[in-house]
Amino acid sequence: MRELSLHLLDIAENSISAGASRIVISVREDLVADELWLEVSDNGKGMSPDMVEKVLDPFVTSRTTRKVGLGIPLLKQAAEACNGFLTLESEPGKGTKLTAKFQHSHIDRMPLGNLEDTFITLLLSTPTVNWVFKYQFNDQCFEFDDTEFKEALGDLPLSDFRVIEFISNTITNGISNVRNITTKEGVVYANH
Amino acid sequence: MPTIKSIDDLKRLREEAQKVKELRDQTGKTQIVVGMGTVGIAAGARETLKEILTFIEEHHLPDIILRQTGNIGLGGQDPVVQVILPGAETVTYGKVTPAMATRIMEEHVVKGNIVHEFRIEA
Repeated sequence: MRELSLHLLDIAENSISAGASRIVISVREDLVADELWLEVSDNGKGMSPDMVEKVLDPFVTSRTTRKVGLGIPLLKQAAEACNGFLTLESEPGKGTKLTAKFQHSHIDRMPLGNLEDTFITLLLSTPTVNWVFKYQFNDQCFEFDDTEFKEALGDLPLSDFRVIEFISNTITNGISNVRNITTKEGVVYANH
Repeated sequence: MPTIKSIDDLKRLREEAQKVKELRDQTGKTQIVVGMGTVGIAAGARETLKEILTFIEEHHLPDIILRQTGNIGLGGQDPVVQVILPGAETVTYGKVTPAMATRIMEEHVVKGNIVHEFRIEA
């Protein structure tokens, strides 16, 4: 996988498989502390400590014993290669929270990539989940909770072309605004 | 219909859609399913799905249900796209690039002709 946003898509897929009705994805770029944080938390069925260990290990299990693919070990390895880490907190019946941290400026850190498309894809292709997206760039934050949209939509499908356009614009503009405000304030960072 | 800029616009759109829906007969909706497991995503499923969304948006296609699913389980064929026209059987396409997705949308979803060269056995 060549983008962190594709990893996010993959991790979110696990949350969907876990039957979550609410999934929160949060991305934080902190160029002052030189950190990049990814977090996916859900209220799905959760995992036992034993299971958590298994999904973190790429070798022990096969697809027949768990529904989770190689995605988590791959992301863990990527984070650790960039002076970071990956943690997985889970409780059966409550949900799961995955956190990954990277050194932002690390030469091996793969690009964040197209975060907009990851958010839009998740929201429009799995409408049954309540999605919350957070993107923080230094001290500027964009937050999108789809609850209000879905209430306004009623029976209108998310795949209505006008709705697609609206949601795409809202998310794309939201993310680029956060980045632009930070840039306009004249903060320049070596690795960006 | 002008571009939607606010939640209020969205509510108005919903009311309009409600009226249209009442007028239209029950012909059912076309379903499009994209496989989004780890392998699918790594093989470009997000780009393929985005292309489908863009096509729906640009061509103002009504009555389409777009869904994603985990691994469809057709090893080596990702990204996988399935098209189910109302009353028709599921047609599965393999290794669907964004360009192929556009053709599937044009030929199959809009005109109703299966694109046999992209089809795989599911």
